[in-house]
Amino acid sequence: MVTASTTARDSRAPDGSTTDGSTTDGSTSDGSATQDAARVASLAELAGSVLDPELPVITLAELGVLRGVAEPEPGHVLVELTPTYTGCPAIEAMAADIERVLRQEAGAEQVEVRTVFSPPWSSDDISEEGRRKLAEHGVAPPRAGAGAAAPVLVGLSPTRHTASSPQQPPAPEPEPVRCPHCGSAETELLSRFSSTACKALRRCTTCREPFDHFKEV
Amino acid sequence: MTSTAPPTPATLPLGDDALILSHRLGEWAGHAPVLEEEVALANIALDLLGQARALYTGLADVLGSEDEIAFLREERAFRNCQLVEQPNGDFAHTIVRQLFFSTYQQPLYARLSPVLPLAAKAVRETAYHRDHAEQWTLRLGDGTEESHGRTQRAVDTLWRYTGELFQPIEGLEVDWQELAEEWSAGVRDVFDRAGLTVPEGPREGAWSAGAGRQGLHTEPFGRLLAEMQHLHRSHPGATW
Repeated sequence: MVTASTTARDSRAPDGSTTDGSTTDGSTSDGSATQDAARVASLAELAGSVLDPELPVITLAELGVLRGVAEPEPGHVLVELTPTYTGCPAIEAMAADIERVLRQEAGAEQVEVRTVFSPPWSSDDISEEGRRKLAEHGVAPPRAGAGAAAPVLVGLSPTRHTASSPQQPPAPEPEPVRCPHCGSAETELLSRFSSTACKALRRCTTCREPFDHFKEV
Repeated sequence: MTSTAPPTPATLPLGDDALILSHRLGEWAGHAPVLEEEVALANIALDLLGQARALYTGLADVLGSEDEIAFLREERAFRNCQLVEQPNGDFAHTIVRQLFFSTYQQPLYARLSPVLPLAAKAVRETAYHRDHAEQWTLRLGDGTEESHGRTQRAVDTLWRYTGELFQPIEGLEVDWQELAEEWSAGVRDVFDRAGLTVPEGPREGAWSAGAGRQGLHTEPFGRLLAEMQHLHRSHPGATW
C-alpha cells in the first residue's frame, strides 16, 4: 500500500504502520509503485487544497490538519484528519469537502475520512504561508513555538487591565500579538474565546480595531 | 492508543463529566451577562462536548453509538461527578463550578496524556478553561461587595461536591492523592488572591456529597437529563 504522509510531524500511515514513503507490500513492480506514489501524492494534494470552511483563505494543508492519505485499493481513498480543537464542528464540513473533491477530481468511488487525535494538532503546525494568509485576512496568527513544544501554562495571558484592578499588574508577554491591521504591538485581550474555538478576541489600542487572534495550543 | 491504554469503561466517567458540564454551560446561551461571556461559555461547552464525543466513540463496542450513550441511558447509568450536574445558579456560581472542575480536569488530563490520545489533545484546551475560571474568580472575589458575597456563597455551596473528584476511578492509573493535593494548592492560591475563604465544611465522609461515580445523582440531574434527552427519545432515529 502506498501512503502519503502530509505533515512533517507525523510519518504514520492511516493503518498505523510506519512508512518512509515506499511501498510496504512489496508486491508491485517498481513501475507501478512509482505510479501509485504519484497517484497518492495527487490525492493528497487535492485533499490538502480544500479550504478551511471557517477561514476560507487557508487550505487544510496549510492549516496542518491533514495527517495522511492512502488508497488501500483502487477507488477507495482513506484520509486522516486531525481537529484543531476537540469539539471543532468544522471537521464534518472538511470531511464532506474532501469527499466531494476526491470524487469529482480524482474519480474516487469511496472516500473514508477518519478523525485522529494523536499526535495532537498544534498551532505550530500552521505553515508559514498559512500564517501569512491569516494575517492578510485580518486574523493575527498564533505565535510560533508557543504550542506543543511549550509547557501547558495556566494564566496564559493577561486580562484587560483597567484602573480598577491596580493590584493585578500586567504580566509581561513573551512576544506581543500584533494587530493584523496596523501592525502595532499594543493590543489587549478582550476575551479568550471568540467566533470559533481556535480564536481569541483582541483589540488594537493604537488603531482601536478589534481582531481575532488564532490561539496558541 | 498504546497497550497500556485504560480499559474502555474507565473513560466513561470522564466522558460523562464532559457531556453533563457541556450541557449545563450550554444553558447559558441567551442568558450570559455580556456577549463575550456568552461566547466564552459556549466555546468551553463545545470543547467539552468534543471530549465527550471522542470518549464515547471509543466506547462504541461496549455501550453503543455516541447518541445511544448520551441520550438513551437512565440516570443511574451516568458516572459523572455530582459537581458538574449542579445547576448554573448565578454567574459567580457557574464560575466557581468551572474553577473547581477545571482545576481538577486539566492536571488529570495531563497525567492521562501518555495513555489517552484524547487527554493529550484536550489538555491544552482545558488550560484555557482554567485560565478563564481563575481570572473571573479573581475579579469577582476581589470585586464589589456584591460580587464577593455571591462568589463566597458559591464556594460555600459547592465545596461539599469537591471531595468526590478524587475518588479513584477504576482503571485509571493516577495518583489521586497527589492530584488532590495539587488541586487544593491551586484552588487555595486563587482564593488567596481573590480574597475568598476556604470553607470549613467537609468534603469527604458522611456529611459530604458525592456518589456520582457510583451512579447516584442529585435531584437536579433528573431534570437535566429530561431536557437533554427528550428530543432524541421523542423522535427515535430522526435526522436533520
